[in-house]
Amino acid sequence: MKTVEEAKQDASYKSALTELLYQLADDDFIVAYRGSEWLGLAPHIEEDVAFSSISQDTMGHATMFYQLLEELGEGDADHLAHGRTPAERKNAIILEEVNGPGHYLKEPRYDWAFAVVRHYFYTLAKKIRMESVKQSSYEPLQHVAVKVNMELYYHHMHWKTWFMQLTGTQGEARERMLTAVETVLEDFGGVLTLGPKEDEITKHGLIEGEEFQRKRWLQEIKPIFESLNIEMPKALGMKRGNGRAGEHTEDLDSAIDTLTEVYRQDPAATW
Amino acid sequence: MDVLTSFERLSDEEKYEHFMKRIEAGEKIEADDWMPEEYRQTLIKLISMHGISEIMGALPEKEWVPKAPTLRRKLGIMAKVQDEMGHGQLLLRVAEDLMKPYGRNREDIMQDLFTGRLKFHNVFHMPAPTWGDAGLIGWLVDGAAIMTQTNMLKASYGPYARALQRICAEEVFHAQHGEAIIMALAEGTEEQKALIQDSLNRWWDSLLMFFGPASADTTGSSKQDITVKYKIRSKTNEQLRQDFFSKYVPRILSLGLEIPDETMHYDKENETWVYQQPDWNEFKNIVKNNGPKSKDRLDLRKNAYDQNAWVRKALSPDNQAI
Ligand SMILES: [Fe+2]
Ligand SMILES: [Fe+2]
Repeated sequence: MKTVEEAKQDASYKSALTELLYQLADDDFIVAYRGSEWLGLAPHIEEDVAFSSISQDTMGHATMFYQLLEELGEGDADHLAHGRTPAERKNAIILEEVNGPGHYLKEPRYDWAFAVVRHYFYTLAKKIRMESVKQSSYEPLQHVAVKVNMELYYHHMHWKTWFMQLTGTQGEARERMLTAVETVLEDFGGVLTLGPKEDEITKHGLIEGEEFQRKRWLQEIKPIFESLNIEMPKALGMKRGNGRAGEHTEDLDSAIDTLTEVYRQDPAATW
Repeated sequence: MDVLTSFERLSDEEKYEHFMKRIEAGEKIEADDWMPEEYRQTLIKLISMHGISEIMGALPEKEWVPKAPTLRRKLGIMAKVQDEMGHGQLLLRVAEDLMKPYGRNREDIMQDLFTGRLKFHNVFHMPAPTWGDAGLIGWLVDGAAIMTQTNMLKASYGPYARALQRICAEEVFHAQHGEAIIMALAEGTEEQKALIQDSLNRWWDSLLMFFGPASADTTGSSKQDITVKYKIRSKTNEQLRQDFFSKYVPRILSLGLEIPDETMHYDKENETWVYQQPDWNEFKNIVKNNGPKSKDRLDLRKNAYDQNAWVRKALSPDNQAI
């Protein structure tokens, strides 16, 4: 097991570790933003309360991962969140995708089915990753994983309930859910991959490999899909590219623009 | 029949007397207790307006949730809007209990919002175009809300008083969050400082209006006399506005800001703040959903409501599972 100081002294270890941390941080940062765009637009007020709490927790997790990077000398956490270009980001493409047509302040035509599926699938994947990094060779990451896991338990329950409830009905709701499942799966391989540096990441015992993660994910989703009469996916795709390799869509450009609008006015100022 | 009718009437008067004695003795009225129609109606109107204002109040800040300039500020404003939604939920449940005898529910509250029958606070009809506004809303709008809500902490209606206890405790954090943003800007660059004065100028009239007109003469109607009579609140609108000045005018000045009202001063002899009245006709107009952002924000909610119709349908009890 390694501490901050030990990690800093081992260049190959540190490079693999920071790679993984950027993936974890950027995933949560962007998905928390997509969640926060839903504020005031959820199907009912109770859900607005619950969803905004989840988004807040998730932004908190992103913050913890950025702080781990800061400790490793990657720079100020706020800069890491706000000062990096879209091409430098490592989040999966499905997490940057817009919630639907429209803008979060003007005529949003957001799709609740897509929200439920994306958040449910992502939360399940995150749960598997956090379980795995509880055993990570990097000690500070273990500690963060324990904290994240406590909140993640509720997030997972929440999205699973929505998923079961809406997919388990007949008619329009089920149709919409199945369409969303298809859309999300086309790019969901991007969440479960560790990107071009997978070998280094696993070699150093930071997290289990992507083959293992994919298997675990499919294993967990199988009984759910079966109980709802959904066909198991043949593949988890990366239709629009690999975010871990810095490949992204225009959706990320405009998201980063919004997320950094005030920060960019004066990155050196105290806000 | 006549006998029965007069008996019922007499009984209601007795009930009314008993009711007034209870609230004068400081007892709390609970949801299932007998209460006069006027009391129930007043509470429904007051609490559903308060609840829906919490919900509509999250929208001006929503813009600034993603744009907040640091991770800490992002987390702070996310926590705040979540609280506001929670307040709305808590209050609407109190209102729903009161509406039960009329066979009305949440659905009716939402429809009343869309048709304009149910109004929300004047401040939430206004634009919040800069990060300075995000800070100022927390600092002064929540600061003002703490004053009006504290004024009802001892409300004779138990469920409302208890909801307010929880709400007020959280509002204190909101005001601190807002003040922290404002302090950072006040100690920052010239551009940052300018943001605060600009926001203050923009929000001043709305803040004065927030407490409502001094008397019914100003706008033709005011519920404050009824709410005082039933011990729902203790201070009048004008007393609250004066308290607001006493608390915040010195703080505003100490930050080097100017009050956008040249006539503003404290009259020691009469122990009152003298100030320029805002345009109360404009106030009436704003709360009738003719404010600069009324339509946009209502559209946002209405739009979400329509977009999610299929979800409500799927969740309704008569929808069959496979
Ligand atoms: Fe509130
Ligand atoms: Fe508040």
